[in-house]
Amino acid sequence: MRHFVIVGVLVLLLSILTFWGLEAVGLMPVQASLQAQTVDWMFRLEMAVISFLFALIVVPLVYSLLVFRRKPGDTSDGEHIEGNTRLEVTWTVLPLITVLVFSYLGAVTLGETRRLDPNAMVVNVTAFQWGWRFEYPDYGIQSNKLYLPANRQVVLKMNSNDVIHSFWVPEFRIKQDVVPGRTTEYRITPVRIGEYKVRCAEICGASHAYMEAPVVVVSQTDFQKWVQESVAAQAATSGPDPKRGEKLYNELGCKACHSIDGSKGVGPTWKGLWGEQVKLSDGTTVVADEAYIIESIRQPQAKIVAGFEQQAMPAFTTLTDAELADLIAFIQTLK
Amino acid sequence: MKKILSLGLVRGLLWQIAGTAAGALLVTGIRALMGLNPWGSFLFTEPAWVVGALTGVIAFVWGVGALTDWFKWALGEETPEHREDPPGWEKYFGVSLDHKVIGIQYTVTAILLLLVGGLFALIFRLELAASGMQFISLQLYNTLMSLHGMVMIVGILLGVAGVMNYLVPMLIGAHDMAFPRLNAFSYWIAPPAAIVLLSSLALGGFDTGWTGYPPLSTRSPVGIQMFFIGVWVAGWSSILGGLNLIATVMRLRAKGMTAFRMPILVWASVATSLISLTATQLIGLSFQLVMFQRLLGMGFFDPAKGGNPILFQHLFWFYSHPAVYVFILPGLGVVSELLPVFVRKPLFGYRWVAMSSLGIALVGFLVWAHHMFTSGMNEYLRVPFMYSTLLVAVPTGVKFFSWVATLWKGKIETPTPMLFVLGAIVVFLMGGLSGPPNGVVTTDLHLHDTYFVVGHFHDTMFGGYIFPFFAAIYYWFPKATGRRMSEKLGKLHFWLLFPSFLVMTFLMMRVGLLGMRRRIADYDPALGLDFWHLLITISAFLIAASVLVFLYNFFRSIKHGEPAPGNIWRSRSPEWQVPSPMPVHNYEEAFEVVGEPYDYGLPGSTYIRFNGKSH
Ligand code: HEC
Ligand SMILES: [Cu+2]
Ligand SMILES: [Cu+2]
Repeated sequence: MRHFVIVGVLVLLLSILTFWGLEAVGLMPVQASLQAQTVDWMFRLEMAVISFLFALIVVPLVYSLLVFRRKPGDTSDGEHIEGNTRLEVTWTVLPLITVLVFSYLGAVTLGETRRLDPNAMVVNVTAFQWGWRFEYPDYGIQSNKLYLPANRQVVLKMNSNDVIHSFWVPEFRIKQDVVPGRTTEYRITPVRIGEYKVRCAEICGASHAYMEAPVVVVSQTDFQKWVQESVAAQAATSGPDPKRGEKLYNELGCKACHSIDGSKGVGPTWKGLWGEQVKLSDGTTVVADEAYIIESIRQPQAKIVAGFEQQAMPAFTTLTDAELADLIAFIQTLK
Repeated sequence: MKKILSLGLVRGLLWQIAGTAAGALLVTGIRALMGLNPWGSFLFTEPAWVVGALTGVIAFVWGVGALTDWFKWALGEETPEHREDPPGWEKYFGVSLDHKVIGIQYTVTAILLLLVGGLFALIFRLELAASGMQFISLQLYNTLMSLHGMVMIVGILLGVAGVMNYLVPMLIGAHDMAFPRLNAFSYWIAPPAAIVLLSSLALGGFDTGWTGYPPLSTRSPVGIQMFFIGVWVAGWSSILGGLNLIATVMRLRAKGMTAFRMPILVWASVATSLISLTATQLIGLSFQLVMFQRLLGMGFFDPAKGGNPILFQHLFWFYSHPAVYVFILPGLGVVSELLPVFVRKPLFGYRWVAMSSLGIALVGFLVWAHHMFTSGMNEYLRVPFMYSTLLVAVPTGVKFFSWVATLWKGKIETPTPMLFVLGAIVVFLMGGLSGPPNGVVTTDLHLHDTYFVVGHFHDTMFGGYIFPFFAAIYYWFPKATGRRMSEKLGKLHFWLLFPSFLVMTFLMMRVGLLGMRRRIADYDPALGLDFWHLLITISAFLIAASVLVFLYNFFRSIKHGEPAPGNIWRSRSPEWQVPSPMPVHNYEEAFEVVGEPYDYGLPGSTYIRFNGKSH
């Protein structure tokens, strides 16, 4: 009996100490979204139970090691205890209940993180090897930084150009894979103004480590200001510009498949493409002019370059006419 | 020279080289005739390498002689039931039908592979000691990281097979496995598989992680095909080994050994074998489909051709989740098996512990999609998979509570094997406790694909497999050699390994929570993780140092260990009732089970009695 009392007290003490220690160290990064609060609430509850279970096993283990140690020279056996069905049932049923409660809470909190706001702002996200691009359909803005207004839900509609990537901002807590051939959705309500980063969490090839992009949470008024500035900046540009085309080439991920120095990649090189006779997979040829290039970008499957039948290029349907013109201007410079 | 050539292993290797060249040249020739480009960026083209790798494996198995008896039978020739092995070390380098020799072959191959995998880890851990890229390229990092994962997994699978092969027939009183030739075959396809797997390093490597998700894996260099084939072939070893073990336990138990009088390790081995017999096919299949997608342009996982990349993940995890139980169940069996010996008390709740192994194995089949909570699969499916996943905690909990209850009021001694048993319990506890946060979808949205998961599964693998594996080696080493390993060095090994390992995995979990993603070659210095990473690397090197101590102890003790011919652990188990090293066909006299396996403390009781009849 004495043993049980001591162990009981020690278990309580160690549970509290462990939990308090974990809280004091601080386990999570800052909480920058509404959803993060839900996740952290759940995580804290888990840590509390884990601290208790940790103590529940470790204390009697260490206690037995110290107190029930074999004395030197003692070759007798321990007490012949084969088991105890009541105990076994207890430590099957109680964990079972705990587990069911946690699954239930997990489902409820999951629902909480997916709560839909009908006024959410939509941002289209394109992931590619190795970068991110953001498009605001409401404002016609394209950007490689994700600007978000605080305290308003956004829905990211995400597509991948090539392989699977995963959208993760540690300060937002939530993570969602971006899968080629389908659109996945990510809902978030940022609540804390600041600069964060989206970090790709699914291995996606050599530069996976560097697939990061800035995420900037600003106040609603600052966001409006940014929108106006960006719209104005886009309107001010006149005529196709190869410089902007080159920027798009890098930012949209064309670079991952098309070289500009003649070397072979997943797709054909762009060097000398403009005006060239392109051999297609059906045996015909076509001149690489504006119409052909635009079609190649918007509906890549319409005409397939000979020798590239195995590799599919993703369709870039969201590009504006001005952007296409910039890209063509860039391709024209690649003699 | 002649002596070296007479070793099966050497012949096998030569045959493998010749077989690979022959297969690859055949395809190259056919391609040339068809007017296709015959040469590729690594000398041969990808199809040539794939066919070459397969013919190489077959040639190895033929060259080593693992098929000879079957061919003789087909020709109507008789072969002896028991084949006598040459005395001395040569028998370990060729085909033997003795389960003890095969068990040791498995175990030593496993140790070699674990060392190779560990070496890869040390290289990339050094790279991660500070942010920025210091001395390896991104692609090499990815290859080493991916190979570390798969080489370790294959190493563990072979180690599991080693422990089960060596011990199970002995524990149940059989003189061999049910199908000795199949047993030899299962072992001998593993070395060529490992060679193919490692050859990916020379063929451009691969950058997908051990999971090999398409579409990324459809774009990797040829190396990925070697990875697929290596795993595919090693899978056969697992499937056939599982089959053999189940047949052995069903058919060859000693008289009186009813189900609930089997040693607990036998229960665990059956549970494990059930999984490897029925689930391994799925990883082979999923890799095979990607192989075909690459070679023949079939669009299984290619959305542009109507395929579905997420389907791969389902197929892959349907094996790869239960696989983790293949790794840990025998380890937990070792813990349950050794605990009563060193506590001098019966295993608390034997039946519950036995059933919990089966429970874990069965529930383990229903949880695979918890690896896919963020994958974009149907959202609502996440909830049932959360319930089933957390359910695994229940039988796992039964094991922990039973172990602690076994310790309670015992007469505990702590020689080296017991230290590793206790270490296993603590480390596995850390792995077990860090599991549920990954199983609850909400928190997994943050934890998935971070170092938290890396810390979690290293705890489960070390607690569930590596620590028990060491315990088993220290404990049964005298049975194989007649000598025991040094206690002093064993304790040094433990006390170097245990704390460094805990520090390493704690810090992995910590950096993961703070934003460290999995499988990255470099990390953002702005996260402020450099110091923690340095500590992780230092711990990793301390672990490596402890392993060196172990290796020294292991090889020295084979010849120079203290002689230990008798029952040095005062165990009730049958293998300890006969002198060490174990005779060739195990028990000269058959035994009968007359009591419970773990009735320590019950005066006058024994587990078995030799009944005077010879085998
Ligand atoms: C995933 C790899 C990939 C990405 C990313 C990619 N492409 Fe392609 N692209 C291809 C492949 C493969 C082809 C050849 C097959 C075809 O014609 O559809 C191709 C063909 C083309 C062609 C026709 C070229 C020729 O030689 O006739 C153009 C133009 C083109 N892509 C533009 C783009 C632009 C612009 C981007 C970026 C916005 C881009 N591609 C991104 C793979 C890619
Ligand atoms: Cu990535
Ligand atoms: Cu799993």
